[in-house]
Amino acid sequence: MARSVEREKRSKHLVEEWVGRVYTLICVGLLVLTIFSMVYFVASKGLSTFFRDGVNPIDLFTGVKWAPESEPPLFGALPFIVGSFSTSILAALIAAPLGFCAAVFIVELMPKFGRKVLQPVIELLAGIPSVVYGFVGLSVIVPFFRDIFPGQGLGLAAGGVVLSIMILPTITTIATDALAALPSGLKEGSYALGSTRWQTIYRIVLPTTLPALLTGIVLGIARAFGEALAVQMVIGNAPHIPRSLFESASTLTSAITLSMGNTIMGTAHNNALWTLALILLTMTFVFVFIVRWLERRSKV
Amino acid sequence: MKPRTVDKIATGIIMAVAGFIILLLAGFLSYIIIRGFGHISFDFLTSPPQTFREGGGIGPQLFNSLFLLVLTMIITIPLGLGAGIYMSEYAKPGRLTDFIRLTVEVLSSFPSIVVGLFGLLVFVNVFEFGFSLFSGALALTVFNLPLMVRITEQGLRSVPREQKEASLALGISKWKTITSVMLPMAVPVILTGTILASGRVFGEAAALLFTAGMSSPRLDFTNWNPLDPTSPLNPFRPAETLAVHIWKINSEGVAPDAREIAAGASAVLVMTVLSFNLIARWLGRMVYRKFTSSR
Amino acid sequence: MQDVGLKAKNLSVFYGEKQAVKDISLDFNARQVTALIGPSGCGKSTFLRSLNRMNDLIPGAKITGEVWIGDQNILSPRTDVVLLRQKIGMVWQRPNPFHKSIYENIAFGPRYHGIRDKKKLDEIVEQSLRKAALWEETKDRLHKSALALSGGQQQRLCIARSIAVRPDIILMDEPASALDPVSTAKIEELIAELKQEYCIIIVTHNMHQAARVSDRTAFFLMGELVEFDQTDKMFTNPANQQTSDYISGRFG
Repeated sequence: MARSVEREKRSKHLVEEWVGRVYTLICVGLLVLTIFSMVYFVASKGLSTFFRDGVNPIDLFTGVKWAPESEPPLFGALPFIVGSFSTSILAALIAAPLGFCAAVFIVELMPKFGRKVLQPVIELLAGIPSVVYGFVGLSVIVPFFRDIFPGQGLGLAAGGVVLSIMILPTITTIATDALAALPSGLKEGSYALGSTRWQTIYRIVLPTTLPALLTGIVLGIARAFGEALAVQMVIGNAPHIPRSLFESASTLTSAITLSMGNTIMGTAHNNALWTLALILLTMTFVFVFIVRWLERRSKV
Repeated sequence: MKPRTVDKIATGIIMAVAGFIILLLAGFLSYIIIRGFGHISFDFLTSPPQTFREGGGIGPQLFNSLFLLVLTMIITIPLGLGAGIYMSEYAKPGRLTDFIRLTVEVLSSFPSIVVGLFGLLVFVNVFEFGFSLFSGALALTVFNLPLMVRITEQGLRSVPREQKEASLALGISKWKTITSVMLPMAVPVILTGTILASGRVFGEAAALLFTAGMSSPRLDFTNWNPLDPTSPLNPFRPAETLAVHIWKINSEGVAPDAREIAAGASAVLVMTVLSFNLIARWLGRMVYRKFTSSR
Repeated sequence: MQDVGLKAKNLSVFYGEKQAVKDISLDFNARQVTALIGPSGCGKSTFLRSLNRMNDLIPGAKITGEVWIGDQNILSPRTDVVLLRQKIGMVWQRPNPFHKSIYENIAFGPRYHGIRDKKKLDEIVEQSLRKAALWEETKDRLHKSALALSGGQQQRLCIARSIAVRPDIILMDEPASALDPVSTAKIEELIAELKQEYCIIIVTHNMHQAARVSDRTAFFLMGELVEFDQTDKMFTNPANQQTSDYISGRFG
C-alpha cells in the first residue's frame, strides 16, 4: 500500500519534469524551425530568378537598368544595392559623431542631466514607429531640402537623414555603455599625468572603446539597411543610380515594398523581388557576423 | 594650439552637439504631437476612414491595431516564455546552445519587411490563412519572439540562486520550481520588457503590409460573433492597422485632408507608444523600490 | 522515527580541473550533530552540498565516490533527486525565505508532496513553526510577507520550512554566520532541540559554535579530512598538530 503511494508520487513529478522539458523544447524547436524555413523559403524563391528565369547573376548584380516589364525584361539591381548602401552609410556618417558626442556628454560632462534627461529621451526615440519617421521626413525634411537644394527634396539625402535619427538611439546607447564601463583607473592615470579632458578622451578613451563603438555603428547600419517604410516614403523610388544626393533613388527595401503587392507570385518580376529580399537576408548574416567579430575583439 | 584651448573648444563642440540633439528630439516629438493634436477628436478616433471626402477617421484602424496586439501577445508570450525558460534553465553550455543563441540573434536582426514576406509566403499562401489578422499576428510573433526570449532569460537570471536552491532542496521538481518560485520573482522584469515589446508591435507596419493586408472590410461593431466576416472580432478578416494606414495615406492618399489625417494618426500612434514606454519605466522603478526596501 | 544516518565513502568533487574535495570518507549518525570545520575554501561547503546533490546545479562540477543512506547510494545516476532532497533538508548561510507569506513558505513543500487538506496543512505549519521556536512570534501574521521578519526570524523560518517536509537529515551551511549574537544563540538552542529527531550536519567556521552544538567534529583542510573525532576530544586533545593549530587560532 505504502509502496504504491510512493510509486504514484514518483511518477507524478517525473511526468511533470517531462512535460516541462518537452514544452520548452518545442518552443525552442519552433524558433529554430522558423529561422530555417525563413532562409529556405526566401532562398528558394530568390534563387529561382537565376535557375528558372535564367537571369545571369552577374547581370543582376552589375546591371544598372531595372525594367522588369519591358521586352526583354531587364533585372539590373545595382541601383537598389547602391541606394541601400549609400543611405545606410550616410545615416551612420551623420549619427556616429552625434552619438559619440552624446555619449561623452552623458558619461563625462554632465552625468546627472545626461542620465536623467538626454538618455531617456534618446531611448524613447528607439520606440517611435518607423512610419512616423517617414511622415515627419516627408512633411519636414523633404520640403526643407526642396527649398535649399535643386530637385524635389526626395532622395538619398532625405533617406539618410531620416535613417540617421532612427539609428541614433542604437549608436548612443552602445557608446554610452562602453564609455561607462571603462575602468576609472585608466582615465585617472591620464589626468594624473596632466592631460586635459579632451586629450584623455582622444588618446585613451577613444582607442580603448573603439571596437564597442564600431559594434554600435554596425548595428545601426544593419538597422538602416533593413528599414523599409520610412525610407520608401522619402527616397522618391526612381529605379536608377542618382547623380546627386538630392535626386530620386531606390533601395532594396523600397523596391520590394512598392512592387511586391502589384506582381503575381511565380512571375519573373515577382521572383526578382524575392532575389532582392535574399540579398537583404544575406546582408543580415554578414552584419551579425561582423558584430560578433567586433564583440570578440572588445572582450580581449 | 595649447592643449587647454583645444580642450575648451572640444568641450564646447560636444556641449553644442548635445544641445542640438536635445533640441532636435524635443522639436521632433513636439512637432508630431502638436501638429496632430488639433485633429484628434472623439469623432476622429471612432469613425471609419473616407477615401475621397474629408472628415475620415481612424476608428477601425485603431481597433485593428489593439486587437492585433492582443492576438500577437497571446501567441508570443507562451512561446517566448517556453523558449526563454529553455535557454536559461535547460540548455547545457555547448555547441548546440551556442548555435541556438546565434539563431535567436539572427532572427532578431532580420529586417521586418523580410519577416513580412516570409509571412506572405508561408502564412498567407501555404497555410492559406489569407490576408488576415491571424497571418499578421503570426508574422509579428516571428518578429517579436527573439525579444521575448531575451526578456524571459533576463528575468530568470535576475532570480537569486538561493531561491532556486531552496525550492529544489525541499524536494520540489525543477519544473515546479521554475513555475512557482522563479517565474513569480521574474515577473517584474518580464512584464516591463513585454510592455516595451508591445510598443514595438503596435507601431510595426512593414511586416504587416503583406500579411494583415492594406484594407479593412466594413465592420459592424454591433456584431460580436467571431465567426462572422463583418464582425470586428473575426481573426480571419483582413485588417489595416494604424501604422499601415499612416503609410498608405502618405503614399497614395487621395482624400483632401490626407495630410491632416496622417498627422493625427501619427500623434495617436506616438502617444500610445510613449505611454507604453512610460508605464514600463514607472513599473520598473516601482518594482526596484519594492525590492530594495524589503531587502 | 528510524535511525537514518549517512555514510560518505571516498567522496571527491572536481570543479573542472580543480579538485575541491579529496577522497573523503565520513559517517554521520542519526540524532547527532556533526560539525564540519576548517578555513574558508577547505571544501567543507562543497562536501555538504554533495550530500543532497545540490552541486549538480553547478556546471562543470563532477562528483566521484559513494554516499549511502540506508541501502541506497544517492550518487548513483538512477537516484531520483527530487525524492532524495525531500529526505534531506538544507539551510543556507543567508536566510532565503521565498517571497511569499509566512504560511506559504512552509506549506509550499508539503502541499507539493501531496497534502491538500487545509486542516492538515494548518497543522503542519503550526507544528513546524513551533519546532523552530517561531510560532509565538508569527501566529498572528501568518499571511503577511516573510520578508518583513528579522534576519534571525527568517533563518528560523527557513529551518521550519525544511522540517515541514519531514526530512531525516538536515544540512546547515553556516546557518548563523549572517546573524547577530542573540539570534545566533537562538539558532544554536534550536539545533540542540532538533537533534533529538534528526541527523544534523553543520558547516561552521566558528569554533566555539562547533564546540557548543556538535557531538562530533570533522576538520577539513585543503579539501582533505585531517581529523574526525568526538567534539570533546577534538577540542581538548586533538591528535593532529594542524588541528591543534587551527583550533587555537594560529591560522584560518
